[in-house]
Amino acid sequence: MSEQNPDKNKAMGKTGVVEKPLPGLAGTVPSPPSEPLSLKSFLRLDLGFLPVLITLVLITIYFQIASNGFFLDARNLSNLVQQIVSTGILCIAAVMVLLLGEIDLSLAAVAQACAGVTAVLSVYQDWNPWLAILAGLLAGAIIGTANGFFIAYLRVPSFIVTLAGSIGYAGMLLLVLGPQSTLIVRDETIRGLAPNFLDSVVGWLLPILSLALYAGAILYEQQRRDKIGLKTKSVQQLALQIGGATVIVLAITALLQSYLGVPIAGVIWIGLVVFFWLLLTKSTFGRHLYAVGGSAEAARRAGINVTAMKIGIFAIASTLAAFAGIMLASRSTAVASQIDSTLLLRAIAAAVIGGVSLFGGRGSIWAVVLGSLVIGSLENGLTLLNSEQSIKNVVQGAVLLLAVTADALARRANSTRTR
Amino acid sequence: MSESKATTTKGELPRLQLKGINKTFGAVRALMDVDFEAFDGEVVGLVGDNGAGKSTLIKTISGAYIPDTGDIFLDGQKVHFTSPQDSTRVGIETVYQDLALCDNLDVVSNLWLGRESLQFGMLNEVEMERRTLEVLRTLDVKIPSVRVPVAALSGGQRQSIAVAKTILRKPKVVLLDEPTAALGVAQTRQVLNLILRLKEQGLAVVVISHNLHDVFEVVDRVIVMRLGRRAGTFEIKNTTPERVVAAITGAEFGD
Repeated sequence: MSEQNPDKNKAMGKTGVVEKPLPGLAGTVPSPPSEPLSLKSFLRLDLGFLPVLITLVLITIYFQIASNGFFLDARNLSNLVQQIVSTGILCIAAVMVLLLGEIDLSLAAVAQACAGVTAVLSVYQDWNPWLAILAGLLAGAIIGTANGFFIAYLRVPSFIVTLAGSIGYAGMLLLVLGPQSTLIVRDETIRGLAPNFLDSVVGWLLPILSLALYAGAILYEQQRRDKIGLKTKSVQQLALQIGGATVIVLAITALLQSYLGVPIAGVIWIGLVVFFWLLLTKSTFGRHLYAVGGSAEAARRAGINVTAMKIGIFAIASTLAAFAGIMLASRSTAVASQIDSTLLLRAIAAAVIGGVSLFGGRGSIWAVVLGSLVIGSLENGLTLLNSEQSIKNVVQGAVLLLAVTADALARRANSTRTR
Repeated sequence: MSESKATTTKGELPRLQLKGINKTFGAVRALMDVDFEAFDGEVVGLVGDNGAGKSTLIKTISGAYIPDTGDIFLDGQKVHFTSPQDSTRVGIETVYQDLALCDNLDVVSNLWLGRESLQFGMLNEVEMERRTLEVLRTLDVKIPSVRVPVAALSGGQRQSIAVAKTILRKPKVVLLDEPTAALGVAQTRQVLNLILRLKEQGLAVVVISHNLHDVFEVVDRVIVMRLGRRAGTFEIKNTTPERVVAAITGAEFGD
């Protein structure tokens, strides 16, 4: 059907993209001179996920060789998925806030404080586990709304509000836990959230159905675009898009099925990522979030309620953090009174490594998956190699610095371009 | 030619008319008894030195300032603005110099920001893209793709997108604040071409500019502001830049 060739494409002819002499004014508009290839022009290119994908592949190959083939073993991968879920959910929260152009340093403290609320209600008050979980999430929502109120309404920098928050919520955690340093969760429902696996039939059906929906949606859109005469993707592009997704999803499913099955925690995590992906790319809410992150002033003039948007995002982020904390408590079957110092940094690092800009408005939610995989693989692989914690920290720090530097350079290349 | 223009200006009802506008800021009288009018399918240039009252006048029309005395009429109907939203609602769109675009969003997203078209509660990208292409075609705007972030476009293209954004709201009057400032030669030409397209659409277009060369290229009528008063009106067909400059500076211009 329609190719991407501008000469053949009927839609392109209509767009006014094709150069023609301007009636009414003498002369035509010359196309801007093409600039020489340089580091700057390279950085300006939107490479998307390519850099982080290459990084992930290199890490995988290295650990696969160094661990004598144990890294890509089904059992280890199943472990890896379980290890990164809490960080991964926290990373979704980090991405939402970063897209706004703000930062939330209280995510880890909120996660553990809210898990503390759930644990205390379950253990001491004997609440129904689902009600206890709901109460924990609600605590997260309230905390996030409070954060957002200070940031959006009173215009206090988010850095300071959430830094103060992280100290305060750590204190709140100690308060709810009382004299105990670690509160063991005994409830089977809460304990069962993270470590269980899907039934093997469901474990196959779920990914296959999702893939079918995905392919159907793409083909439907293609058909609609073709009918109106808009530019459509080539058959090769479609095949690559659908085929690529199918191969990746089915390969991972098969690997996990060959061990104990698909971990429920992983399904919840990916489900959340897909939900937020749809929210960010298909809804007005998502569009407006990117707009506020890109230019709050332009968004305000377009009639978007910037204050409400910011408060909403901080509320969502803290609720997600609460959920991450509950998953963490489920996995470790306890809530510790000490805030895990690297949890927050791993979440934000994963977002930035995945290509989400610290300056707002740029990045995809799939950064969560790729970034978490990079951070998680480093942790997991170095553990396999019996590396010291010191080495792990140095390597993870270096990878984060690299990612942030790339982000800053890309931003500078974009802003200094001639207009 | 000047006679025919004169008859149309006298015979037709102006699309936008301001009568006896006064505006003071403390002791400063920014506008003194200023009249202003713009007709359908006409490009009006608003020129004047710094502090002559151009910006105050434009902000009065766009609803950002409320005049102390004086009336604003749209199609002969008296209107009263208390905010920029009021003037937008009756069909007056202003494109300010800073353009108010989101650099990270693509052209389609920017054009529809705040008024997205939906289908089953989801963004109807296909419909928005189709309408975007339609508008850009009418305005003869050339961009490489409507799916590139606005940051990747040239200054002239960005200006065009900002104007196209207002056109989607089907306005009656478009105010352009210094549309060619900080643009190169080719890009200026693009924007001037765009202004002619707006005129073809039957809109009343008001252009504020410092650049008399640009003004003379696209404008039908020039209104000169000087020290808060309307210092003169020139039909572009029978005047010269020298006369306009003289009116701007207040110099005597011997015949």
